Amino acid sequence: MQFTLKIYRGTHKKQYFEEFEFELKPGDNVISCLMEIQKNPVNKKGEKVEPVAWEQGCLEEVCGSCSMLVNGKPRQACTAIIERIIKETGSNTITLAPFSKFPLMRDLVVDRTKLFNDLKRVSAWIDSDGTFIEGFGPKISQEKQETMYVLSTCMSCACCSESCPQVNKDSDYVGPAPISQARLFNENPTGKIQAPSRLRSLMTKGGIAECGNAQNCVQVCPKQIPLTESIAAIGRDVTMEATKEFFGSKERD
Amino acid sequence: MNKAKKEVIVVGGGLAGLSCTMKLAEQGFFVKLISVTKVKRSHSVCAQGGINAAVNIKGEDDSPLIHAYDTIKGGDFLADQPPIVEMCMTAPKIIMMMDRFGCTFNRTKEGNIDFRRFGGTFYNRTAFCGASTGQQLLYALDEQVRRYEVKGLVEKFETHEFMRLILDENKIARGIVVQDLMTLNLSIMKADAVVIATGGPGLVFRKSTNSTFCTGAANGRLYMQGMKYANPEFIQIHPTAIPGSDKLRLMSESIRGEGGRVWVYGDSSKKIRTPDGREIPCGKTNEPWFFLEELYPAIGNLVPRDIGAREVLRVCEMGLGVDGKNQVYLDVTHLPQAVHQKLESVLEIYEKFTGEDPRKVPMRIFPAVHYSMGGGWVDWPAADDKDRWSRYRHMTNLEGCFNIGESDYQYHGANRLGANSLLSCIYSGLLAGCEIPRYLENLTAGHQESKGMIFDEALKMEVEFKKDLFSRNGKENVFKLHEEMSDYLVSNVTVKRTNKELAKTIDFIKEIRERYQNISLADHGSILNQTYVFANQFKYMTELALTMTKGALLRDEFRGSHYKPEFPNRDDEKFLKKTIATYSKEEPIISYEPVDIRHLKPIKRDYSKAGKVQAHLENIPENIKLPI
Repeated sequence: MQFTLKIYRGTHKKQYFEEFEFELKPGDNVISCLMEIQKNPVNKKGEKVEPVAWEQGCLEEVCGSCSMLVNGKPRQACTAIIERIIKETGSNTITLAPFSKFPLMRDLVVDRTKLFNDLKRVSAWIDSDGTFIEGFGPKISQEKQETMYVLSTCMSCACCSESCPQVNKDSDYVGPAPISQARLFNENPTGKIQAPSRLRSLMTKGGIAECGNAQNCVQVCPKQIPLTESIAAIGRDVTMEATKEFFGSKERD
Repeated sequence: MNKAKKEVIVVGGGLAGLSCTMKLAEQGFFVKLISVTKVKRSHSVCAQGGINAAVNIKGEDDSPLIHAYDTIKGGDFLADQPPIVEMCMTAPKIIMMMDRFGCTFNRTKEGNIDFRRFGGTFYNRTAFCGASTGQQLLYALDEQVRRYEVKGLVEKFETHEFMRLILDENKIARGIVVQDLMTLNLSIMKADAVVIATGGPGLVFRKSTNSTFCTGAANGRLYMQGMKYANPEFIQIHPTAIPGSDKLRLMSESIRGEGGRVWVYGDSSKKIRTPDGREIPCGKTNEPWFFLEELYPAIGNLVPRDIGAREVLRVCEMGLGVDGKNQVYLDVTHLPQAVHQKLESVLEIYEKFTGEDPRKVPMRIFPAVHYSMGGGWVDWPAADDKDRWSRYRHMTNLEGCFNIGESDYQYHGANRLGANSLLSCIYSGLLAGCEIPRYLENLTAGHQESKGMIFDEALKMEVEFKKDLFSRNGKENVFKLHEEMSDYLVSNVTVKRTNKELAKTIDFIKEIRERYQNISLADHGSILNQTYVFANQFKYMTELALTMTKGALLRDEFRGSHYKPEFPNRDDEKFLKKTIATYSKEEPIISYEPVDIRHLKPIKRDYSKAGKVQAHLENIPENIKLPI
């Protein structure tokens, strides 16, 4: 069986669709097809073209590199198994496009640096005393570990930002992932010490108030991170923190 | 110390590069961190099972010295022993440090860090975060480094590639030539110490468990500039991966550590030779035959990886593979749900890529290229060596250029034990972070005093190679050449090697190298031209392939991952020595160096009977100073 990848490619303001045709092999995914194009860069019309540019890394959905729109849905391309998509959609044409909420570099590659800068904004780390201290960190219950582990599997792929109507070129909204990271470090018994400053960083422009509760993020997250739960939890804590500040309470737990 | 001298370049942002960067920044050094990707996406994220440390919380009388014993034996006595001893002694401290950084280790009921069993040992010594331990460790270090970035001590150059080391007239490192992968712009970056932490060369074999970043090109470039490349022939084949057309996806050893069993349907009409020389039937016909458990009753499914990979291949070659194909079952269907949960992230990978639920149907797996024990040669003076403080641990033979993590050759010898790689990466990074300040302190002149010429010349060489590649106008496609070369290597330079095929492989790689002169790039643009970037890397991949193949050809013995049926025994008399490859135009020059075996004299590496042993290591120095 033959199928077509219809790829929205090019550079800023010079984007166009180009189609490539393939013979279906068992186990094919979007990446293995893009690799085929490198070996034989000829489009469906039989013209020699430049191979398509894309980002890739682990190819097992743990690094977050290969984010793109597959049939309009933000996801990792490595787990986009061709046979399954054709079965689901009933069509043997699959559309690939770069993310739309980040600066386009070329073809399927965008610059997601903003997401990493937003991790700085929310201080997504433990403020450790460094490598000289000895001994274990605080004990952590199995339940707490499970909660934190799931939050900590966020690979900064930016699917959540792409799906969020509040993330766009006119907004500074940090998006769901950094908020969920703030929750991760506020949950940690050591990280909790800096919780107030993380919460304050989300009170200003681009912070949590910009969430419009569309709930797209949690549906597209490839790691099934409970992003809306994180946003709700941080939302509550931000309100508490703001109230404490309003009444000038020094007590912070 | 002169302030202007406090600048270091670290190339690579996996566990090794990040721990080195963190350690240097902590001491007030300014670090330029170069990476071909966002450091958070580095290949360390793929490590699944765990990290070893003899913390001994399970009442097993485990200790760092037993861990060292297991590691030395697991590496079939090819690894220098003092580095292993100090690494294993540091391991518990590393776990504690990562714990304090918020790494999400699995917990016991009391809230302590939990430990599981892993290959090549009888102890519960492996700390883990679900089945994505590498990812969690990497994130914890990425977060610490981001903190230093905010403090202005670290500057990241992501989507930039190391192209060349800049050496002055005295052969001392003074910087690097770097390429922006978005614009293909080449530029100079100056510093007085350069750390290479660029991971393994899995992509030389094209399909492996490695991320696509792991081309080995940085080490290949340094090798062509005169860096000694050690033990190249020792490539670890992981016994359990999912076959695929773009990648062979790892199915963690932790699956077996948690009770997963490897089997095929038996055939009592066939006979197999056990490690102690008996002929036994291959199980009962049409019944599951747990061949690892039968061949290695003491350690069973947790045999070291080299042994596991060979036995899987042997069983398949006897026609016993599942459906007659090159695949065997890895089975977790009998394990309780709580165990499935601990393995969730790997079981999910299996399900996503095959469409089958491994909780209900046994997984089908086959060995895959996984890790390079070999790498850049680095110095490693032991604690009680007289010249300890006039030498530098982890410095290559190119002065001022250090090499750490999978890209160096220490710690693992002829075979790496599972869950020792995350440890060696973090440990070597911290260690280099302690050695470099001393190196800079002792350096008499900084790069500011170097002649401008050395920088201009280095840049010119890269500009010219780039021009050369763009101007090539032949009929070859570099991606197809890669496929041809790697298919050949997978057939002849992995689990089973023969001198006849190895010799042919050397000729074949040389032929590929010739044909590479006749490539033409399908893309002549300057924005994100991935075809050119790969074409540039491929030159160095062919050179590394030659070191692996020639190293294997000349080593007429069976040791660890290097198996030659023609020479079925370890030959300590002739080959208890490390391979050193030095670049030469036609093919590598191979020489040898003695192995430092001061703590444990070589013994037979037997896993068929021995259980826990009283490990006795001799001559442990009293003045060991650990990096944390």
